[in-house]
Amino acid sequence: MRTGREDAGVSRANDEEHINANDGDDTPPPPLPPRPLPGPQPNHEILIAAAAERPSLQSKPTTAVSSMSIQTLSFPDGTRGTFTSGGDDPSAKGSDNVVIPGDLASTRGPNAAPDDLDDSMSVATFAPTLRAPGDLASLLGGAISKRSPAWKLLRLQSATIQPFETMRLEDDPTLSEFPKEFDGIPDETEKDWSDWDRLVVWKSKLKHYMILSSAGKPIYSRHGDLALINSSMGVVQTIISFYEGAKNPLMGFAAGNTRFVIVIRGPLYFVAISKLGESDTQLRAQLDALYMQILSTLTLPTLTHIFANRPSTDLRRPLEGTESLLSSLADCFTKGSPSALLGALECLKIRKSHRHAINNAFLKSRADNLLYGLIVAGGKLVSVIRPRKHSLHPSDLQLIFNMLFESGGVKAGGGDNWIPLCLPAFNNRGYLYMYVNFLDGEVASPTTPAGAHSIHEETAIILISPDKESFFTLQQMKDDVVAELQKRGSLDIIRTAARQGRPQVAEVAPGSQISHFLFKSKANVQFCMSALDPAFSDAVSHRRLMSLYHNMHATVHAKHAHLKVIHSVGTDSTSLAWVTPIFEFFCIAGPNASRHVMTQGANRVIQWAKREEERLFIIGGGVF
Amino acid sequence: MSTRGGPAAARGMNARFAQFKLVLLGESAVGKSSIVLRFVKDQFDSYRESTIGAAFLTQTISLDENTTVKFEIWDTAGQERYKSLAPMYYRNANCAVVVYDITQAASLDKAKSWVKELQRQANENIIIALAGNKLDLVTEQPDKRAVPAADAEAYANEAGLLFFETSAKTAENSVLDIADQDSDQEA
Repeated sequence: MRTGREDAGVSRANDEEHINANDGDDTPPPPLPPRPLPGPQPNHEILIAAAAERPSLQSKPTTAVSSMSIQTLSFPDGTRGTFTSGGDDPSAKGSDNVVIPGDLASTRGPNAAPDDLDDSMSVATFAPTLRAPGDLASLLGGAISKRSPAWKLLRLQSATIQPFETMRLEDDPTLSEFPKEFDGIPDETEKDWSDWDRLVVWKSKLKHYMILSSAGKPIYSRHGDLALINSSMGVVQTIISFYEGAKNPLMGFAAGNTRFVIVIRGPLYFVAISKLGESDTQLRAQLDALYMQILSTLTLPTLTHIFANRPSTDLRRPLEGTESLLSSLADCFTKGSPSALLGALECLKIRKSHRHAINNAFLKSRADNLLYGLIVAGGKLVSVIRPRKHSLHPSDLQLIFNMLFESGGVKAGGGDNWIPLCLPAFNNRGYLYMYVNFLDGEVASPTTPAGAHSIHEETAIILISPDKESFFTLQQMKDDVVAELQKRGSLDIIRTAARQGRPQVAEVAPGSQISHFLFKSKANVQFCMSALDPAFSDAVSHRRLMSLYHNMHATVHAKHAHLKVIHSVGTDSTSLAWVTPIFEFFCIAGPNASRHVMTQGANRVIQWAKREEERLFIIGGGVF
Repeated sequence: MSTRGGPAAARGMNARFAQFKLVLLGESAVGKSSIVLRFVKDQFDSYRESTIGAAFLTQTISLDENTTVKFEIWDTAGQERYKSLAPMYYRNANCAVVVYDITQAASLDKAKSWVKELQRQANENIIIALAGNKLDLVTEQPDKRAVPAADAEAYANEAGLLFFETSAKTAENSVLDIADQDSDQEA
């Protein structure tokens, strides 16, 4: 842990240098590192553009002696062009409206030219640099605007425009239908709806999830009853099977702005159809979560056995009653879930000593046949106890949280629940037995009026055992744990923390102009985020926020990207992603926020997360 | 565990306290959880999701000034995949309510197989009640009925079961009454 943290410090210092370059107000920015040489296959477009620029430079008077040289350029298509290079004299630059800050400009001055342009240098290596002023202008947008007092004044106002504030729902072709995304499709009993009308509604959905067997039997579809979409399922099955037969499995394809992604797991086909712009990797992870949910109901040997015996089995029957779990998972992805995106868990923020006391109370009452014990408040993990050899996998916890907090089946019953389930990441071959009790209502606290709890404040105790007969043992353990927590006052601490919710950005990094952030601690596989209220509490702006995060996440995690920092400016928002071996950080601000301000805010949030690490995250948990 | 079996001893001089273990069995979606919800909270929820696994609830009722009865209720999920767990729930039960849906003929067949299993495997003193649920649907639209009350009642008499048609929605003939009868018989 210690070495890890030192690493964090080092890598952060490096990144700060990167990210702060050229943003200083008074001091000249440090020189940029030398540009990498373009690859052996120079970009055709850039070269042509560079060549096209030359004539205008040629016509200008030049004072340079040595920087003028004739260069011959070979284009990739075999043609050649001849033109003069150089001409980086001040007058030429003056005609350009771009101000190149200090050091950058000086490297291109006449004095620097002999060094830069010896005869051995080809135009090809030079061309991208010549184009650079345009790129630099956008990169250094913050620095340029600082020069003008008017801009400076306007800058002060930049925080007043929130992300997406100027966007109108009607102008947004994809999300304009989003509020209706989760409405049901009228079924056959509604006489004034024709099949055609119902298909139109079905097609208007932005996101579809379908599960079918390799024999083509429909198993699940998020939208529309299976009778309505049976023919679509048939088409899907035919397409997938065709590629399967050719031993060249179909991974995904696009039609317009709709992305189709296919995951094949044993005898099951999973299909995601999205107009929300997620990457293939992200959609694939979502489909894998649905597969995990199915395994959690059946276990892998059962699933394999069912289809080995009868490939044409209708899996809907064995899965009966879990459609709502699949749908709540699917809807969670469609709404946008930071937890699913980051593959991490969110914990309730409480003091380290409080968490320690809760862990101890939990460990003290431990039943012999307990495997895992969890306390969860409002969908956030409060405490975990586990055997030394086993840790809990986030994907398993996602399934449990989805079952308890997103779908109503368990919650609605009240009382104690005894649920056989398979945790596929722990062991996909067998069942575990989960005791669940929601504390609220049963243990009346003097500080909280009864009935005032929303789902976000509910506290649940989850005890998992491999022994199916251990219900009453675990029930006893729950009573003991609750009594102990009550005695130590921990229940009120949990309730207060859960009611407080996530921190506002203003509390974490005052004056930062950041509207929202996500911070994932990679070592702990946990994340924290700022409150969604009030700016991102409605479904559409929440989805926009999550789409931005998804885009950034896809970009930094693209194969071979090796990106550390992304700063992206859009007309409606500015966003920043920062990835190190220790953490991943994403944040979003209004369209006018400068890079400088964003970076400062990011630094402050990250320092806060570091300072509060042991409150925000469960480090290790109670181990027995 | 031994203290949990059977009716518990009375407490106090003239106060009588009894504890009963009750289990609900039957096909999925016949309304077992709704019957329990009506019994425990006197509520009804039209959009109830499927029970996952089983739920354990308690309800304490004062029959009169001196008599208190505590029910420990296992509300089980009806899906086939949970069947292997059922013995754990009915093993020490004093009373089983086997529920079927009077608008679904197949659900009575399932109920009959539950009754058979209970008579073979459960506590031999177990009281079994057969409850036909969703009476409200049939009251509204008589043509929805798929199981004639007389048929079910004939079967119940033959098998030695208590028999009711009930509605968790309207609380007509609610299981509360069944439970009362059970406790009267036991007491």
